Amino acid sequence: MVRLITHNLLACHVKGCTRNNFPLLFENVQIEIQESDFNPDFLRNFMPKLEWKALVDAARQLGDTSLPLEQPEMVDEEFLKALHHVLLEIHVMEGAMVCQNCKHVYPISNGIPNMLLAEHEIG
Amino acid sequence: MSRPELIAPPEIYYGDTEAQKYTANSRIQQIQADMTYRALELLNLPPDEPSFILDIGCGSGLSGEILDEQGHIWVGVDIAPSMLEVALEREVEGDLFLQDIGQGFGFRPGSFDGAISISVIQWLLNAETSHPTSSPPHRLTRFFTTLHSALKNPSRAVLQFYPSSDDQIQLITSIAQKAGFGGGIVVDYPNSKKAKKVFLCLFVGSGGAQHVPQGLDGEVPEGAGDSVKFEKRREREKRRKENGAKRKGVKDKDWILKKKELYRRRGKEHVPNDSLYTGRKRRPAF
Ligand SMILES: C[S@@+](CC[C@H](N)C(=O)[O-])C[C@H]1O[C@@H](n2cnc3c(N)ncnc32)[C@H](O)[C@@H]1O
Ligand SMILES: [Zn+2]
Repeated sequence: MVRLITHNLLACHVKGCTRNNFPLLFENVQIEIQESDFNPDFLRNFMPKLEWKALVDAARQLGDTSLPLEQPEMVDEEFLKALHHVLLEIHVMEGAMVCQNCKHVYPISNGIPNMLLAEHEIG
Repeated sequence: MSRPELIAPPEIYYGDTEAQKYTANSRIQQIQADMTYRALELLNLPPDEPSFILDIGCGSGLSGEILDEQGHIWVGVDIAPSMLEVALEREVEGDLFLQDIGQGFGFRPGSFDGAISISVIQWLLNAETSHPTSSPPHRLTRFFTTLHSALKNPSRAVLQFYPSSDDQIQLITSIAQKAGFGGGIVVDYPNSKKAKKVFLCLFVGSGGAQHVPQGLDGEVPEGAGDSVKFEKRREREKRRKENGAKRKGVKDKDWILKKKELYRRRGKEHVPNDSLYTGRKRRPAF
């Protein structure tokens, strides 16, 4: 169950792949929506960790356009609800994440990405 | 005690049968739950607010379900597809990844508020192959350096493990230190053969404290399964059932069966040829 909260923290970890290795791009994805408990404090604390542009792009790629292009300075309930949905309720179940730099493909099946590297890719 | 890490690689040892057996064993459930509570205590997270936690070697989610119960949001990584499959079946809340921790993590700097690992890192002390990247020191270095960078400053990682010698403790702590961690080893009930537990308690920055926490000592609480703990366990089971019921609408039986089937198929793909492992002796490289 890759959700965007985790996708937004994930860079490629193939040996030598250290530039332009974030974000991983989604390919051929199937998603599922699953409701989860809304916790505004958690979201507020989490916001500084986010790469905003990567989050907005990924959300759009998954068909969600509720987030503003710029991270807002004023955080209201409506915004936090949208953020909650994008970060925690959209589950990518099938497809792949692909590194823009080295093109390594991390397949996702059953909601679980396969992060295993081949021997020559290990740092 | 038994040393499964000397028998076969983890993804082979924890195959379908063992993953089910492991998870269904009530004694194991109890022990893993107790150690997870203790690890969370040592992690010293801010009270009453959910944190974002990495569960290293999450297995079938026995440790993760305690994180759920405590309201944390978590990510779990494990190398054994069959264990992850059981975790899916049990509907834990964390995001799960199929990952070999000895290959390191790709998480951006400062991603996690803390990390726990329950009964896992002794597996890193055994060489998988003769390739240089599979030597235990190389894998431990990769693991600790990428873990250090994935954690925010200040924060902690608490890793309970089963060392088989002081040399192993020495090797693991020295590599963790070189990776930038402070902290050290906490031993609970050092004088009890049965209750003794070793926790590697690592700090990023100050870890929010000056000193390594004290191990528990003195009287070992009446049997691992005293009534208080059983009560906790029962509550947890109950909550899990209720949650399960609540979520039924989303993840129905077909959904799970489909996932399981797909996952099993993929699990099989990861099982190397018999010849690779049959009859090969596996022992620590030092
Ligand atoms: C004793 S189980 C503990 C699982 C869980 N933490 C619990 O408390 O129940 C050990 C787990 O470590 C995992 N493991 C061993 N070596 C690993 C590695 N190199 N990378 C990721 N996981 C590993 C195994 O697959 C197994 O699920
Ligand atoms: Zn890459």
